[in-house]
Amino acid sequence: MRLSDEERAMLAGELGEVRRWAIEHQITVGEFFDAADFVPVSQAHIMADTESLGEAGVRFLEQLAAAPEAERRVRVPTITDPRGIDFAAYRRLGLSERMAALERRAIDALRAFGVLMTDTCINYQTIMAPLRAEHVAYGDTGVVIYSNSVLGARSNFEGGPSALAAALTGRTPRYGYHLDECRRATRRFRLTERPRDLAEWGAVGGIVGEACSSYWQVPLIEGVEAAPGSDMLKHLGASAASFGSVALFHMPGVTAEDAAFSGPSSDTVQIGRAEIDAFLARYDAPGDKLDVVVFGAPQLSLFEIEAVAQALDGRRVHPDTGLLVTTSPEIKHAADRMGLTRRIEMAGAVVAEGICFYQSYAREMAEANHWTRLMTNSAKLVNIIGGYGYRPSLASLERCVDSAVAGRVL
Amino acid sequence: MTPVVLRCHKGIGPAVVGTALVAADNFSARYDLDRIKGVFSRPGHKLAGESYVDRILVLDNAKGGVATAWMLHEMMARTIVPRGLIFNRVNPILAQGAAFAGVALVDRFADGDVTRLFRTGDELRVDPAAGFVEISSRDG
Repeated sequence: MRLSDEERAMLAGELGEVRRWAIEHQITVGEFFDAADFVPVSQAHIMADTESLGEAGVRFLEQLAAAPEAERRVRVPTITDPRGIDFAAYRRLGLSERMAALERRAIDALRAFGVLMTDTCINYQTIMAPLRAEHVAYGDTGVVIYSNSVLGARSNFEGGPSALAAALTGRTPRYGYHLDECRRATRRFRLTERPRDLAEWGAVGGIVGEACSSYWQVPLIEGVEAAPGSDMLKHLGASAASFGSVALFHMPGVTAEDAAFSGPSSDTVQIGRAEIDAFLARYDAPGDKLDVVVFGAPQLSLFEIEAVAQALDGRRVHPDTGLLVTTSPEIKHAADRMGLTRRIEMAGAVVAEGICFYQSYAREMAEANHWTRLMTNSAKLVNIIGGYGYRPSLASLERCVDSAVAGRVL
Repeated sequence: MTPVVLRCHKGIGPAVVGTALVAADNFSARYDLDRIKGVFSRPGHKLAGESYVDRILVLDNAKGGVATAWMLHEMMARTIVPRGLIFNRVNPILAQGAAFAGVALVDRFADGDVTRLFRTGDELRVDPAAGFVEISSRDG
């Protein structure tokens, strides 16, 4: 990689050991992907939940955070993805003091770098949305695909260590979705039926993601006549990223960039009612005892929280079923202020902030609460959670709530 | 057998030797593994129930979320970790995770699909810096 004088100084350790580690890590990754040089970034977003970090990851952060302040401070505004623990709710969810203690250590270390603990995977709805052509280093697949596609920003998937490195150096290797040539559409899809709810938008994302099945494929999704709305594209994107590792899609007339197409022109995948229904049917389990309903992955917007509150008004979640809503601290505080949290929790549900369920010791939660059958309107979540021992079902928000009240999958 | 050498893009991590575990499937540490038991745990994965510990995993693509970047490091610290990773083409997360954890990783082979080039049980020598994998022995 071509390095500037400042980058060479960092690599030589002249700006301290923390920045030397950071840029050495970035050069290793950049050379693997044939990056020519670095590109400055305006923001970084770090995934650092303690289930992923473990003791070893927390200790690594603590060692870096012990450096002198001038050597460890981040160089650009840096925010965080959901944590592993909601300190107000973890005992109700069956999580342990050991997990909470590890989480506190990670938070202390991240704060020492100057990281802002936003604990959110919907920062594009709640914190500071990037602009078109703005280079950023974002550390959540749903955040990256939404920002690249809907907003026209430029980011690769930046895992926790790499996002931290970008925060410390103020730059990232210029490869992948920082480059024009990687942003051309390579696969063509046509939507012949408008999805009816968020679960169906997620199903479309899942179909697109499975067909692409590679980070380096860029789907072009045609046939969407009117702007779907932020939450719809949030679920579509998060699901495509989850099922296919997709980081960018184009939707003509809706997303930010004019999509140049460089794939085979005859190869258009049609997505209609039959395909959406077949996707949902994979997760059908009518009549099964229902252990938990989860609304999250991505965290809920204020509008989604309001929809949950409306669906639960005057009802009671079945005593043998849990119902968990996850959102960002900003939205939780708004929901508290507007009485939405109270309406949801009066029905026997839990509204948690700063977590996103699957990043929160999902296996241990299942064991502590004897949960197996999970229901959600998040296609992303049904894709992830099977590996944690759950049997997931996918349905609309309203059907999830009806099922939670009935205590069985409807 | 005469050792077979297959060229790939220059990789990440140390040179390693080990036994291949191969499947035409994708990979995410968060989605697919029980990292406590050291086995593939997602029911739909073609390696479900198989131990990944000390094996050289040969798979198609990296998929899904960002957690693998931390998780390889965490698995390495507990020595419940694959010895090496061979893929057709990885996403940034797997490369970043391998770089952070010091796990051997190679991809982009000149000779085609790695899930066909290698077989479960092959004894392999992976040299990321030189950009090749040697099949040193194969049963049958």
